[in-house]
Amino acid sequence: MESTSPQFQGNVKRALADTQLQYAMTETGPRFIEKRTKARAALPEFDQLRDQARDIKDHVLEHLDLYLEIYERKVSESGGVVHWAATPEEARATIIGICQQRGAKLVTKGKSMISEEIDLNHALEAAGITPIETDLGEYLIQLRGERPSHIIAPAVHLTRDQVEADFRKAHTHLPPERDLSEIPTLVEEARQVLRQKYLDADAGITGANFLIAETGTSIIVTNEGNGDLTQNLPKVHIVIASIEKIVPTLEDASTILRVLARSATGQDFSNYTTLSTGPKRAGDPDGPEEYHVVILDNGRSNVLGTEFQDMLRCIRCGACLNHCPVYQAVGGHAYGWVYPGPIGAVVTPALKGIENAKHLPNASTFCGRCEEVCPMRIPLPKMMRHWREKEFEKHLTPGGIRTGLKLWAFAVKRPKLYQLGTRIAARVLGNLGRAKGRMTSVPLASGWTRYRDFPAPQGKTFQQMWKERRKDGG
Amino acid sequence: MADSAREQILNRIRGKVGTGDQVQRAARVAERLALHPRNLIPARGQGDDAHRIKVFTDMMVAVGGTVETVDHFDDVPESVASYLRNNNLPARIRRGAEEKLALLPWHRAGALEVAEGRADPADTASLSMAFAGVAESGTIVMLSGPDNPTTLNFLPEAHIVVLPLDRLHASYEEGWTRLREQAGAGNMPRTVNMISGPSRTADIEQTIVRPAHGPKEMHVIIVRG
Repeated sequence: MESTSPQFQGNVKRALADTQLQYAMTETGPRFIEKRTKARAALPEFDQLRDQARDIKDHVLEHLDLYLEIYERKVSESGGVVHWAATPEEARATIIGICQQRGAKLVTKGKSMISEEIDLNHALEAAGITPIETDLGEYLIQLRGERPSHIIAPAVHLTRDQVEADFRKAHTHLPPERDLSEIPTLVEEARQVLRQKYLDADAGITGANFLIAETGTSIIVTNEGNGDLTQNLPKVHIVIASIEKIVPTLEDASTILRVLARSATGQDFSNYTTLSTGPKRAGDPDGPEEYHVVILDNGRSNVLGTEFQDMLRCIRCGACLNHCPVYQAVGGHAYGWVYPGPIGAVVTPALKGIENAKHLPNASTFCGRCEEVCPMRIPLPKMMRHWREKEFEKHLTPGGIRTGLKLWAFAVKRPKLYQLGTRIAARVLGNLGRAKGRMTSVPLASGWTRYRDFPAPQGKTFQQMWKERRKDGG
Repeated sequence: MADSAREQILNRIRGKVGTGDQVQRAARVAERLALHPRNLIPARGQGDDAHRIKVFTDMMVAVGGTVETVDHFDDVPESVASYLRNNNLPARIRRGAEEKLALLPWHRAGALEVAEGRADPADTASLSMAFAGVAESGTIVMLSGPDNPTTLNFLPEAHIVVLPLDRLHASYEEGWTRLREQAGAGNMPRTVNMISGPSRTADIEQTIVRPAHGPKEMHVIIVRG
């Protein structure tokens, strides 16, 4: 699927006018925040664990070449195969090659953002292989031909009504008069439909939350159990992961796992945390006969050693999305590519180029909540600022904004003029809107007032009030 | 192509972060892997038997699982039979070949049908032996192996797990220490499943529904003796 990040502004307009989306976002947004707040309050050591999680990943990134080599060796020792892919094309070709070699026609899939990043499903289909997403959210968006709108809740933009309509359209083998009015009934129907797919699949593809260097292990974290059925029943298990997923030891993985679920869903621990090492062993009654790991770079190594390196600490929990006022207003699809929200605004320019994602780092009020809640303490606002600087340096900033900034710079360098200007503006706007305390339209600011009111100034500027306070307080 | 991608990626990484003292870098990595130091372990799970049982039970119940405690291994068959009865499940289970489970006095469980081996899609309930329990988050740790089919953890509707009390640890880390002793440092079974309660999803309107794709129910029998 093509990226629509360059059309961010148009995407946003459509998102704000989409009543289903707005309903879905209003319903779910506060729940995420509430759940994380509770989980954090229940674990006094939470913030200390975040510091340690950050330090673990920093250590890994500084030694990434060494850890990757050791990880590869451990995978081989346990009978698995590591494949390296510098680009999405290479990753897709490798995976299709493995499937073709084993004659795989039906492939079940656990949830993987890397799979989305390399647009794997379309490539599989083109090669005559049928991919079936088994995470409920991913299944829902696969039925609709959409991208995920959230890192951990891919279908968060959908309402129950939409899911019912999609199931009626897709599951035509079931009686049309069946009752699908309740969410549990919908989940049960998906369970029944997908159960047979797990049993029929020739290969299972999963992502990885972590790769452990010490043991050559990949870890997936799920709540549904879909990833486990995907990777245990077919004869081939293919893992697709990016280079920065490495952690040194089981202990290090445990520390980061303690902050992952709490930040993501507010759970103390996800229902299923599964460590996979190699194929099934002699005597094992079940498990895959082959175990492959495809390690993708796709531009990440270019980020190492730059002011953007910290983004590689990300564990894809989605907390920054849940706490972002911009994401909550427009949803994930507006961001136009795979990773939405604050982390998407930082990662997308790195992987797709700033010229193809220049609006995203600007889609922030810099309220700072993303950094506040990030379990890996990634300085997201700072990175968005770095991207804005790059955008400006490369002359990608639109003329209107450049002119505006020039005007502002002209005024701010002349304090008398600046104070006069703001005083007049504050008084005029104050007079216009004082009665209600807010204004429904402001000259030159219709982009703002179309969706929300503008708070009316109370007649004085900050500088005036500051002066008065200094006089009063001495 | 694969080889060149490997070199390309590793060289790029080396060029960015691998420019320091190579001996020192390698030593730091080797040390971390050899010593696998523990990081901060939350206090929550730490305490005597009674405390660990309580925390484990509270956590497991909070996520929709159930826990009971029996005095001896020999009590397990009756416990299994009555669990199935109380939950309106057919009186049959599938279990792994694990000796401890095979040698239980199954005749005490009345008409209970006991089958051995990997899970069949038609199985309604399974019984496995836990490698460890972790009080901190109400988590069961299962290892795959000839006696422990992984499918038992996922395919049947109800998953019943036997957890000897001396394997109920405060933290994940205690489990890893034991695993290294058992498997040898750096070695792992094909699959380690850490399971906290029955399968769930919140993918439709963030409403929690159980089950999603895995078991509907999870029941843990802690054995004291």
